[in-house]
Amino acid sequence: MSKIELNDVSVSYIVGDFSNVGLKDVIIQKIKGTYTQKEFLAVDHVTFSLDEGELLGIVGSNGAGKSTLLKVISGIMRPTNGTMAVNGSIASLLELGTGFDGDLTVKENTFLRGAMLGYTREFMNETYKSIIDFAELQDFEDRKFSHLSSGMKSRLAFSIACLVKPEILILDEVLSVGDGAFRKKSEDKMFEIIKGGATTLLVSHSISQIRRMATKVLWLDKGKQIAFGDTKEICDKYEAFLKTK
Amino acid sequence: MIEAIRSQIVQLKKHKFLFEELVKRDFKKKYKRTVLGMLWSLISPLMQLLVMSVVFTHFFGQHKPHYTIYLFAGNLTYSFFKDSTNGGMNSLMQNAGIITKINLPKYMFLLSKNVASLINFGLTLIIFLVFAAVDGVVFHFRFLMLLYPIVCLIIFNIGCGFILSALFVIFKDIQYLYDIFTLMLMYLSAIFYYTDSYPENIQRLFYLNPLYVYITYMRHIVLDGYIPGLATHALCLIYAFGALAIGALIYKKYNYKFMYYM
Repeated sequence: MSKIELNDVSVSYIVGDFSNVGLKDVIIQKIKGTYTQKEFLAVDHVTFSLDEGELLGIVGSNGAGKSTLLKVISGIMRPTNGTMAVNGSIASLLELGTGFDGDLTVKENTFLRGAMLGYTREFMNETYKSIIDFAELQDFEDRKFSHLSSGMKSRLAFSIACLVKPEILILDEVLSVGDGAFRKKSEDKMFEIIKGGATTLLVSHSISQIRRMATKVLWLDKGKQIAFGDTKEICDKYEAFLKTK
Repeated sequence: MIEAIRSQIVQLKKHKFLFEELVKRDFKKKYKRTVLGMLWSLISPLMQLLVMSVVFTHFFGQHKPHYTIYLFAGNLTYSFFKDSTNGGMNSLMQNAGIITKINLPKYMFLLSKNVASLINFGLTLIIFLVFAAVDGVVFHFRFLMLLYPIVCLIIFNIGCGFILSALFVIFKDIQYLYDIFTLMLMYLSAIFYYTDSYPENIQRLFYLNPLYVYITYMRHIVLDGYIPGLATHALCLIYAFGALAIGALIYKKYNYKFMYYM
């Protein structure tokens, strides 16, 4: 049974006037009849499936719909069209540093984030120490989160998110966390999870990284699925495409 | 319907840890870890009360017995409503960074905000009762019935919070429009004046305002010495669950659409 299966999935955003103006303007525009709503397909008919233990590399230029696609798979957004089946627990690392609270201490933020990721209090009590150790933030536990450097912030986020053994791992440009030493450590940790049999989705702009790690590649451009298949074949095509640009 | 409620309760249990952590966060943020922070949220309504009481007794010559308590009952309820719904309105947008990154039930953020307002309300309520005692109001078992309008008001606030937070996601100017609305509501809720000078049919119109119903209920118990009739009870309940039902429906229907506007 495949772990992830997307069938003709599309996501359309509503853009334009609507989200920028307020209620007053919308009412006036409706009265005047100039009210318009534009739709924009961020993900345009994407179909693929992944088996257990596979690592899918997703490539494409900025705005290709990669992040939106990951949001759909992690359940944050619903597809507007098409069907999707995702079997298994998901750990998704989307834009690590966001969603923390600057006013709270590092410790409080760690527990809060753990709670958001669905861990239990007991689990957090047990693993709190190892999270802080892994993130190398022992001296900062009671500092305000806003006092941390951005590297430290993403180190903490990475450490919290990677402690569980997820069946599906979603990585959005996160393999470049922190300084050199920590990057090595985080990559090792990531490989450990992947080798443990997790199905992984990886968005990266580094083709060499994709070639090294991925078993399948999905190429998106402006939301459309250009290609899906073997790593070497599609990476070659994608690189050729980048050269012609 | 019952099945749906049961699954909601299972959901709530599952997210108990998250809920506790969110409440802690909102509480800490609200009081910024200062002693004065907590004190201030009590001093502020008292100052407001003092000003209103001075203005209306000295300048407008309002000299009915227990006028300060009458005023306090209105102000207490109104402040709770305003605080709670304003917090509720912001709850989604303030947490946009989290909601767009992690798949969580969105109402958790609203509920935790409401808990913070409720704590504040509880403290003010204690001061209210102390004031009432000092002013010579005799306590009675009937006072336990105060719980009824309070519970209804909590539900009503949550419902309004649902509606407002959903609107706020889409229309960013709701904040300002709502400010004007609450100001208007304050004048329409008979907080500092008495309605018995109006003709009877106009007095009845006041009952269209849910806040007025809750305030009146509390005043009847504390000042007038009786428990209101069945119709008032029904009205309290209808407003509370009406707001909650509308809010819940909006969330159920547009839950995943919010993301497009955040």
